[in-house]
Amino acid sequence: MRRPRTFLFFILLTILCIVLTLSDIALGSVSIPFNAIIQALLHPHGQTLFTDIIIQFRVPKAITAILTGASLSLAGLLMQTFFRNPLAGPDVLGVTSGASMGVAFYVMATSWFAASFVESRWGLILSAIAGALIVLLLILSVASRLKQSVTILIIGLMFSGIVGAIVSILQNLSNPDTVKLFVVWTFGSLSAVTWYQLQILIPLLVIGLFFTFMLQKRLNALLLGEHYAQGLGISVRSTRLIMISLTGILAGATTAFTGPIAFIGVAVPHLARALFQTSNHRIIIPGTLLCGTSLLLICDILSQQTTYPLPLNAVNALFGAPLIIWVVLKQRT
Amino acid sequence: MKSLSQLDPSVELFTENLSIGYPQKPDPFIVQKELNLQLRKGEMICVAGPNGVGKSTLLHTLAGLQNPLAGKIVLHGQNLSSYSMTEKAFLLSLTLTDRIQVDKMTVWELVAMGRYPHTNRFGKLHTSDLEIIERSIAQVHLEDKKKWLLDNLSDGERQRAMIAKVLAQATPILLFDEPTAHLDLTNRVSTMLLLKNVAKSCQVSVLLTTHELEMALQLADQIWLMHPDGVDIGTPDEVIAKGSLQHIFQSDLFSFDPVSRRFIIHPVKETNASPLEIKK
Repeated sequence: MRRPRTFLFFILLTILCIVLTLSDIALGSVSIPFNAIIQALLHPHGQTLFTDIIIQFRVPKAITAILTGASLSLAGLLMQTFFRNPLAGPDVLGVTSGASMGVAFYVMATSWFAASFVESRWGLILSAIAGALIVLLLILSVASRLKQSVTILIIGLMFSGIVGAIVSILQNLSNPDTVKLFVVWTFGSLSAVTWYQLQILIPLLVIGLFFTFMLQKRLNALLLGEHYAQGLGISVRSTRLIMISLTGILAGATTAFTGPIAFIGVAVPHLARALFQTSNHRIIIPGTLLCGTSLLLICDILSQQTTYPLPLNAVNALFGAPLIIWVVLKQRT
Repeated sequence: MKSLSQLDPSVELFTENLSIGYPQKPDPFIVQKELNLQLRKGEMICVAGPNGVGKSTLLHTLAGLQNPLAGKIVLHGQNLSSYSMTEKAFLLSLTLTDRIQVDKMTVWELVAMGRYPHTNRFGKLHTSDLEIIERSIAQVHLEDKKKWLLDNLSDGERQRAMIAKVLAQATPILLFDEPTAHLDLTNRVSTMLLLKNVAKSCQVSVLLTTHELEMALQLADQIWLMHPDGVDIGTPDEVIAKGSLQHIFQSDLFSFDPVSRRFIIHPVKETNASPLEIKK
């Protein structure tokens, strides 16, 4: 049933997203005059320095922020519905840990064998995808045999533990420069993604988002629990495998390109539920998408306001956590 | 050769030598075996019996949530296992004892989910669906609270909302696992009357498990009395005449009185030392 303020909120959030996207492009560590920004956006092939910064750096970064915010939030929503647990997030399956394991291996290997690779961003991305994919396939093969979703939660957490241990062993074996390279990757960054890389990231995420939209009825039925969902004619087993795959694609792909972006995935679904006052996925999927996009854009703008950009993950938690606490407290009273 | 149950058009579902339980290695855990049961149109069946005798297991098996260990369940002339999940949802609807925990879902939204089997991939509701939802809510008298969140309902209202969801699903067979648990007397009676009324007015087959024996004796069309060695089946009068109740609920503490159809608690004898007396 449509609540009167739902429609209004969708319009406001859409406007907010557009404003924030433009602000994200306009604001940064280099201040660029308004005219130059307009010029750059209208004539993207111009040869000025400002045009270069806007087109080659800030626009892809804004697009990455939009996609990452939307994808991680939806992955979090999928997992919260999957486990019917408000603390679940995109990382509970261990897929993001898998990505960091891939990167740790890559960074280590290159420091041992051929230092010249280290500069290659593609190496990082491909190794992260490989790591995420390995964990995803492992969890899928386990999940297809299990009846209870809470068992999958435990196994996902155990995978994260194993992978975390491997990563710390690798760090221990590495020289300080390599460790620093890895640690910087774990800070998360939206600015390293180029236009060329976006050509791969965008289709992956659009596919993930599209199939999440298609799943809305099944997700609603799952809110009642597995037995009731079956009673409503939903095949719980296949739905669970689809949800795991989608979460893997959404969280794995974003993590591969941007590094682990913390916090957004767990927090945003709560923000959206509080705003829209519903758990109905027909409303909460687009709601989560818009909230996630807005929140990550805000965090990115904030992180760029100092001379040396702050680690995105630090801003996410410092700004995002109090916001969510406020929203949750406000609606509980 | 077709069995009698298959020829009788009023039979919605029947079982043949059904064994229920849990597959375990090396031997399956058999809860009940060789069950030959029938669900008929317009009848309310109350399944009763002591804890752990297999009432819920039977209901889960009939609903297709767990597989029979042996024997078969025939639904509209076809084996239950041959139906797809979606096809089953057109024929069977259920409420379980699992308490649903959903943050911010309204009564209306819950009842609307009952229409899911009838809607497209996105759960698009048509005018006819909306009418059925409103009618189902009216049948359980929750019109005033249809926009309330489930969290804000009392246990009785919650149970009625769950029943409305089942009604909205509009299936010929309705299964309820302990619909009267946690309810006060008024709600227990009104829930039982509501289900009885649904069975009669919609000409559907209602099966419920319950511990409300005295109420079941007054309202049920059929009683399935489950005990560790099988199931005694019959109308309330038949079950009482057979002495099944006296046999199944044997106790020093109480006994069943077939005349008043009530369980009478025995007066405490002097020799039976109560815990308080022991302390002295």
